[in-house]
Amino acid sequence: MPAIVSVQNLRKAYAGGFEALKSVNLEIEDGEILALLGPNGAGKTTLISTICGIAVPTSGSITVGGHDTQADFRAARKLIGLVPQEINLEPFETVFNTVSFSRGLFGKPRDDAKVEAILKQLSLHDKKDSKIMMLSGGMKRRVLIAKALAHEPKVLFLDEPTAGVDVELRKDMWDVVADLKSSGVTIILTTHYIEEAEAIADRIGVISKGEILLVQDKASLMAQMGRKQLQIELTQAVDDIPGSLKTYALERAEDGLSLTYSYDTTGERTGITTLLNDLQKAGLHMKDLQTRQSSLEDIFVDLVKETA
Amino acid sequence: MNLNAVWTIYIFEMRRFFRTMTQSIVSPVLSTSLYFVVFGTAIGSRIQEVEGTSYGAFIVPGLIMLTVMTQATSNASFGIYFPKFIGTIYELLSAPISFLEVVAGYVGAAATKAMFIGLIILITSFFFVDISIAHPIAMMAFLTLTCISFALMGFIIGIWAGNFEQLQLIPLLVITPLVFLGGSFYSISMLPPIWQSITLFNPVVYLISGFRWSFFGTADVSIGLSLFAIALFTGGCLAFIWWIFKTGWRIRQ
Repeated sequence: MPAIVSVQNLRKAYAGGFEALKSVNLEIEDGEILALLGPNGAGKTTLISTICGIAVPTSGSITVGGHDTQADFRAARKLIGLVPQEINLEPFETVFNTVSFSRGLFGKPRDDAKVEAILKQLSLHDKKDSKIMMLSGGMKRRVLIAKALAHEPKVLFLDEPTAGVDVELRKDMWDVVADLKSSGVTIILTTHYIEEAEAIADRIGVISKGEILLVQDKASLMAQMGRKQLQIELTQAVDDIPGSLKTYALERAEDGLSLTYSYDTTGERTGITTLLNDLQKAGLHMKDLQTRQSSLEDIFVDLVKETA
Repeated sequence: MNLNAVWTIYIFEMRRFFRTMTQSIVSPVLSTSLYFVVFGTAIGSRIQEVEGTSYGAFIVPGLIMLTVMTQATSNASFGIYFPKFIGTIYELLSAPISFLEVVAGYVGAAATKAMFIGLIILITSFFFVDISIAHPIAMMAFLTLTCISFALMGFIIGIWAGNFEQLQLIPLLVITPLVFLGGSFYSISMLPPIWQSITLFNPVVYLISGFRWSFFGTADVSIGLSLFAIALFTGGCLAFIWWIFKTGWRIRQ
């Protein structure tokens, strides 16, 4: 698939000298949902701001739909919709007017039917004549999305769309994102909720300290890096792991009542059968067995820890 | 050129003005009437005539200028400061518009509002004094240029201001004194010679003088000098805005 957004050697240093982005390279494919995962202060918002034109790159280049965001900013920005992290809305305006304003700002002629359709899509239609300040927090977030969609963008950036949002609304937001994807919009969202990336993204990028650590297909990322653990509970505590079991690199719990074996699910042999045989030979009696798959969160924590 | 965007900003800003229509019209009409009562009736009864014009009529151009300059400045500075304050500026920065189009939208709306109020004051003054306009086209041209140039300055103040206090600071400490001391309510020929010379450093003198000329055909300074002054002021503001545009000063990181 062709890249709709291409970021080449992007570096962004602020006036104080702080380097928010260090040589970032990123290709975003047309029609995908990419989740950018990273701890607070990793550079997620700076990356989005720089692509959208709010911040100026220190060096490097960005193209959106083949248009350079500096040299050909009008063509590039027409393709982009941005939903910011903060709820920034004019409190005294009506929902309809503020969404219609966004459409005009992006150079599209006034089209009330189109704006109404977007409001319907986001279940905001019955609030169209309400003033923004009368809306709930969740509704305001929807208005922000409606504003970003008002000019029918090809690429939508969602900066922490579900930060501080309750569980129900978060699920709701995921449905909205899925709808948008099916209508052909490319979506880039930043989040520090791993659960969110796991639930809706096609690919996941991990960013930390201004660098992209990896960008990978969600399924293959989890398969590749996913380790499984087998926990063996014993009937009697062991003080020491028997010598015959040394090759398995077992971890003994403090009380000596359980042993943990880590293995790679993608390996040809997991070694479970031989381990169980050897355990029996060593005279250890098993009470229970449990396996645990590592989640995206574990992978993420490992990755970020490595670079720390 | 993204004309849709310029028009969208203009209409959005004008809507804010019409939403507070009563306040926008009633307050200038009321304050103008008060000026007429205080200056025209109380003081005017002692001054009688200035350069062949009744004092009540003489202060009309100054009164219009006073209101137009403060209104254009405050409307434009608030117009661009408010999105900065509530955070909606992100949308202006990420939209496919150049900074000059943003300026055209905000400054255009602020200048229109100021002009509107200026004309309301002119109409109100017809009820109080006998006034005729010697050069109507020049009068409209001066009014328009003043509205635009002060709206440009207001825009710069709005970009510069970091809080509401700073937003009020320049209009309060610089513009109001310059306008009051710029001959709004008197002819500079009424001043002692030394103050007549000092007053010539006040740029507002040239604007009020030129505007008054378009009403009565007489002026404190030559009309050419007035035109030059307003052109210089507008040019200065435009140059500053161009510099903001180039550097992203206080708006783009």
